[in-house]
Amino acid sequence: MEKKQFDNKLVQWVDHRLPVFSYMNAEYNEFPMPKNLNYFWNFGALATVVLVTMIVTGILLAMQYTPHTTLAFGSIERIMRDVNYGWLIRYIHANGASMFFIVVYIHIFRGLYYGSYKAPRELLWMLGVVILLLMMATAFMGYVLPWGQMSYWGAQVITDFFTAIPIIGNPLTEWLRGDFVIDNATLNRFFSLHYLLPFVIVGVVALHVIALHVHGSNNPDGIDIKEPQDTIPFNPYFTAKDSVGLGVFLIIFAFFVFFAPNYLGHPDNYIEANPLATPAHIVPEWYFLPFYAILRSITFDIFFLEAKLLGVIAMGAAVMILLIVPWLDTSKVRSARYRPLYRIFFWVLLVDCIILGIVGVKSPSDLVFPGISWFDYKTLGLIGTIYYFGHFLFLMPVLGLIETPRPLPTSISKPVISLSSGGGSAPIGAAAAKKEKA
Amino acid sequence: MADKESTHHGRRDFLQLTSIAVGAVGAASFGWPLVFSMDKSAEVKALSSTELDIASIQPGQAILVKWRKKPYFVRRRTKDEISAAVKVEVASLRDPEKDSARVNSDRPEWLVVGANCTHFGCIPTGAKSTENRGEFGGFYCPCHGSHYDTSGRIRKGPAPKNLPVPPYKFVSDNILRIG
Ligand code: HEM
Ligand code: FES
Repeated sequence: MEKKQFDNKLVQWVDHRLPVFSYMNAEYNEFPMPKNLNYFWNFGALATVVLVTMIVTGILLAMQYTPHTTLAFGSIERIMRDVNYGWLIRYIHANGASMFFIVVYIHIFRGLYYGSYKAPRELLWMLGVVILLLMMATAFMGYVLPWGQMSYWGAQVITDFFTAIPIIGNPLTEWLRGDFVIDNATLNRFFSLHYLLPFVIVGVVALHVIALHVHGSNNPDGIDIKEPQDTIPFNPYFTAKDSVGLGVFLIIFAFFVFFAPNYLGHPDNYIEANPLATPAHIVPEWYFLPFYAILRSITFDIFFLEAKLLGVIAMGAAVMILLIVPWLDTSKVRSARYRPLYRIFFWVLLVDCIILGIVGVKSPSDLVFPGISWFDYKTLGLIGTIYYFGHFLFLMPVLGLIETPRPLPTSISKPVISLSSGGGSAPIGAAAAKKEKA
Repeated sequence: MADKESTHHGRRDFLQLTSIAVGAVGAASFGWPLVFSMDKSAEVKALSSTELDIASIQPGQAILVKWRKKPYFVRRRTKDEISAAVKVEVASLRDPEKDSARVNSDRPEWLVVGANCTHFGCIPTGAKSTENRGEFGGFYCPCHGSHYDTSGRIRKGPAPKNLPVPPYKFVSDNILRIG
């Protein structure tokens, strides 16, 4: 007789026909996790929580929102003033987008640091990049919905990217807008797609997790699981650890929602869209700033390619290049802990991205240091852009060839046990986390 | 027997390929209406023209008008602005065009150009003489810093093309019709 996994008769009956319970048990209860994971492994779970939050608040907003150019702005004001807790739901949704991006950016840099994109996790990584692209499209279209000045002119500039494409650029852009200009046809389709894409993201996240659970999580040492002692079950160890991180994260999220709900937004978006006046200083939301800086940094033609087209290509390539990172990195060692050179350049890349973000808010002709007249933000943006691509196209392949990695531990449990004088697995995990911070 | 089977295979392959081909054509012809439905609808495309009275526009000033939903500058240029536009060495321009090719030769004081920056479509400042007109006295786009001259030609910054000139004519001394 087969061993019964569940005591409850009803659960047994269902599971025999539709194995949801054994699936959940295998994937989220007993699932073996490397025992040395640190808090950077919280961010996938955090992203999932934010995604659900966005969908729930978004559906409620959609019940109150009117997607029409003459009514949209007013319907947002109504949500803010008259709808019961409308302000709360909207502030959660608007700040939730920022939280989503910060969580996902940390998640991505975690992957870059610990080499989580390397074999056999290439497709897992690429699905992540697809999620990032879908998030960007979703957030951009969501930002258009309130129909403020930034909504309108952001939509104008971003859809105009497509006019850079030779020959078909203009008809393609008008097709995307459904009009000669950004107008009601555009707003309606953005609302339709803004409702759709989050559910597409849910689908890709499912594939992402399926791919993850084939080989399991990578870990701070970047070495494979070799023996059962290397792992602990997902539940209760990582449900608990994720809950701690979630608590901290929700405090930060709540801080923005309740104490600085408009800090990350732009005041001009509380002015209704005016197709005849561009705001003096248009900037995208903070999470697009590094890409915006890359777009603007190219102001010169190369041969027959116009600066405008090159800027758009560079910006697209800045995201797309992540797709081929698994093949650009030539090192066999995953974790930057054991890669003395890569580890340095990882931090330089992070600083470079932050600098690009700063360049994105500045006016291109402003000086970086007053007094040095040639060094304006446009120049800094160009240097940052060159370094960004240099990191992936030059440093990643070359470092793997010239670097001598530090010796890898023979297994996940070995180095940890030699560090602490025995003891159970939970404190050992904590010791590993502490070691990571130092 | 073997022979017969292979003939059958040939026939089957043929039938299979033709039905796939016909199916693909059918699917594509259903796909097109779906794709095309997203393009400009008939009422948007319905042509129209815009007429305006230009008598009140002072020399050195411009107004914004909409034609086919897009904004256009109508600018009355001063003598200095016209001569500045004419004097430019055309070959040195990014998008080489003579000033005379961009204005009505009878009334060169009027400059009628599209008001969307040819970079990513922001509306440049410079309609009023008090606004920033950039280094060449025409228009300045605040979005990414494109400078246009008094003929609406791109002179500096990331925009690739001159501001476009729409079809227009003067139906009387003071009435301008765009379109
Ligand atoms: C991937 C998840 C999502 C992201 C990143 C996202 C992002 C955004 C952003 C940035 C805004 C503009 C906020 C503002 O400044 O007001 C917005 C607005 C909006 N979103 Fe979402 N959204 C997501 C999911 C959804 C879903 C599932 C719905 C459900 C239909 C939805 C419905 C709306 C509505 C109605 C608005 C306009 C109200 C407003 O502007 O506050 N969103 N979204
Ligand atoms: S839109 Fe005018 S310079 Fe970019």
